[in-house]
Amino acid sequence: MAQDNGERHWARTSGLMWTMFVLWLIFSFGVHFFVDSLNTIKLLGFPLGFYMAAQGSLIAFVVMLFIFAHRQDVIDREEGQAED
Amino acid sequence: MATTKDTSVGGKGFLDNLGKIYTYYTGGFFGFVLFLALLEQMGVPNRIIGYGFVFLTIAVYAAIGILSRTQEVGEYYVAGRSVPAFYNGMATGADWMSGASFVGMAGTLFLLGYDGLAFVLGWTGGYVLVAILIAPFLRKFGAYTVPDFFSERYGGNFARFLAVIVLLACSFTYVTAQIFATGIIASRFLDMDFTVAVYVGLIGILLCSMLGGMKAVTWTQVAQYIVLIVAYLIPVVILSAKKYGLPLPQLTYGQAIQDITNLENQMAAKGLIASAKDAAGNAVAAKPHIKPFTTYDPLNYFALILCLMVGTASLPHILMRYFTTPSVREARSSVAWSLFFIFLLYFTAPAYAAFAKLEVYSLIAKGTQLADMPAWMYTYGKLGLVKVCGVDVMTAQEVMAACGKIANHPGVLRMQDLNINPDVIVLSTPEIAGMPYVIAGLVAAGGLAAALSTADGLLLAIANALSHDIYYKMVNPNASTSTRLVIARILLVIVAVLAAYTASTKPADILSMVAWAFSLAAAGIFPALVMGVWWKRANTAGAIAGMILGFGVCVYYLVGTRYFAVSFHELWGWLGTASKAQLDQFATLKQAWIAAPEAGKAAAWAALDKHAQTIASWWGVRNISAALFGLPIGFLAIWIVSLLTPAPSQAVMDMVDATRRPRGETIIKDKGAVAH
Repeated sequence: MAQDNGERHWARTSGLMWTMFVLWLIFSFGVHFFVDSLNTIKLLGFPLGFYMAAQGSLIAFVVMLFIFAHRQDVIDREEGQAED
Repeated sequence: MATTKDTSVGGKGFLDNLGKIYTYYTGGFFGFVLFLALLEQMGVPNRIIGYGFVFLTIAVYAAIGILSRTQEVGEYYVAGRSVPAFYNGMATGADWMSGASFVGMAGTLFLLGYDGLAFVLGWTGGYVLVAILIAPFLRKFGAYTVPDFFSERYGGNFARFLAVIVLLACSFTYVTAQIFATGIIASRFLDMDFTVAVYVGLIGILLCSMLGGMKAVTWTQVAQYIVLIVAYLIPVVILSAKKYGLPLPQLTYGQAIQDITNLENQMAAKGLIASAKDAAGNAVAAKPHIKPFTTYDPLNYFALILCLMVGTASLPHILMRYFTTPSVREARSSVAWSLFFIFLLYFTAPAYAAFAKLEVYSLIAKGTQLADMPAWMYTYGKLGLVKVCGVDVMTAQEVMAACGKIANHPGVLRMQDLNINPDVIVLSTPEIAGMPYVIAGLVAAGGLAAALSTADGLLLAIANALSHDIYYKMVNPNASTSTRLVIARILLVIVAVLAAYTASTKPADILSMVAWAFSLAAAGIFPALVMGVWWKRANTAGAIAGMILGFGVCVYYLVGTRYFAVSFHELWGWLGTASKAQLDQFATLKQAWIAAPEAGKAAAWAALDKHAQTIASWWGVRNISAALFGLPIGFLAIWIVSLLTPAPSQAVMDMVDATRRPRGETIIKDKGAVAH
């Protein structure tokens, strides 16, 4: 059991938040800036730029959230801030 | 006490057996669908099958609602904080996906192609913000309502009051639209009178929510999610299996997309679709399905995504769902489950759109004569949902007469003459694919489940803000538990009746304002909420300034560009993006209005106002994305005003610290709540 360490807990929590936030920016906006170039690539018949907006980013959001929930839980435990 | 309610809905025996109960429920629902299918084969009329679907599903929701009745404040407001992550995810899915999402989303994608995906992205990605910035901290806070957080963090009832104002502004039009949607669905499928259907919907909503509050709404929403997702997936899965031999529409529609592009080129060459010239001088479709930025320019496309996402993360009826989980940890995984369940619908919607588009394009590309229009066009034409050459498709003669008036009309069906209401796409898929009526009834039940569940959540958010925040916290802090629950229920009924009455008048203005809810919530709530957790230095003055300015700018932009477009344009024209031609037309129309005789004033003004609405803007941003201005102003105001005024007290700083750590008790103690 790690000891109670509020400041380091918050630093790591913030770090995880910013990581997720940047990924959110990329999948919400970043990839879609390049939709025209991506559309020249085909995936299962889908132009990739279209695919990313219709499915790719959505899948990324779902996966990100499960990873986030797991990672934050690990941080809480390691820093002694988890609920009993 | 615990033993007496052990087996009731929401009791311990119920919570321990959730998996079993909802598996039986889902099985029972499938059995019911098969039973109705059997009745249909035996010749029972469609109307009876339709009524069977609607009344039986509503009866089941009502039964869950009544069995979940409660006399405890903690159960009424936050379901006793006992809803596991997985089930809260389903309930949030139903809470989130409205009647319009269910019925209209695919149609929007049909009409807008790539640009419509802004809605798909915007209504899913916001959950990332909910999870990483807001939900776990609100859960740790232990609030009953979103305004609770504002009051505790920003010390006092003024911040609470502002939050209630924003909440009412974004939720009331929204709940009205949901009740309107129940009326539309019931009247379309059951030929019920619209007004009667609205009040039937009202009763359904009240039975689900009144006796058990959040607890009842939670367990009915889980049941409603199951119905709505089954109803959404089944028709398109069958369609995919029939056409492509694989029951995974989300994969097979890639093929459909390719076919659509090919057909678009054929149609453009034959002049059967609105077209443009490409670089080589060949005719190509003006708005190909996969081509980005044909309806929205990139600024508006990305602004819309941002506003919808941040709006999602600020809507009180969504945030309050995360108050119901047993722990902070479960609140986080619950957001992940929510998005998963929402994703199932939203990543299917583009497949619906593609299949429908392929169907319509194939019809047009082969040069269908106006006399040979398929049956489904007449079915929905009679309801006023399909128009050709500007007239409802009632008879071939009428359509041919209307098209005959268009110069050089070739007498065949053309895309540019066809006007399909977005709702038709989901409603007509079973019929287009030649499925039995029972599937159409299933879709109606799904649409109702989507509308009712969202209405329940919104209604509770509004009524709880009035009963908890206004009555208990501001008017009568000494009210006893039983008084609070009586007041909560009375307010719930009043708000519901008011919303149903408003919906029954078919208010076009209110319904078009629903899209505003996201920007209003985003600008009014998001900055103060996020800064409250993530920036200790944010203080009362800053938060109040941020909420008033952010929300104020947003309302100003929305109302100004919509209702006062002429003066908005005259004041802000220098910030707009109107072309020379548009400005000239504005000047001409303005002169015409000034010169018009008394009798013609109103008509001249209407023409001027209509034109002004198309050009009144700041930098060309459409008013649905008003939060693009409200958000940064809200954040800036909180930051600047907080730094100019004294820091919050040590007690508040400590409270923020405690909010950030999952360990330990909630900040606000649940008075009179059950131990768990």
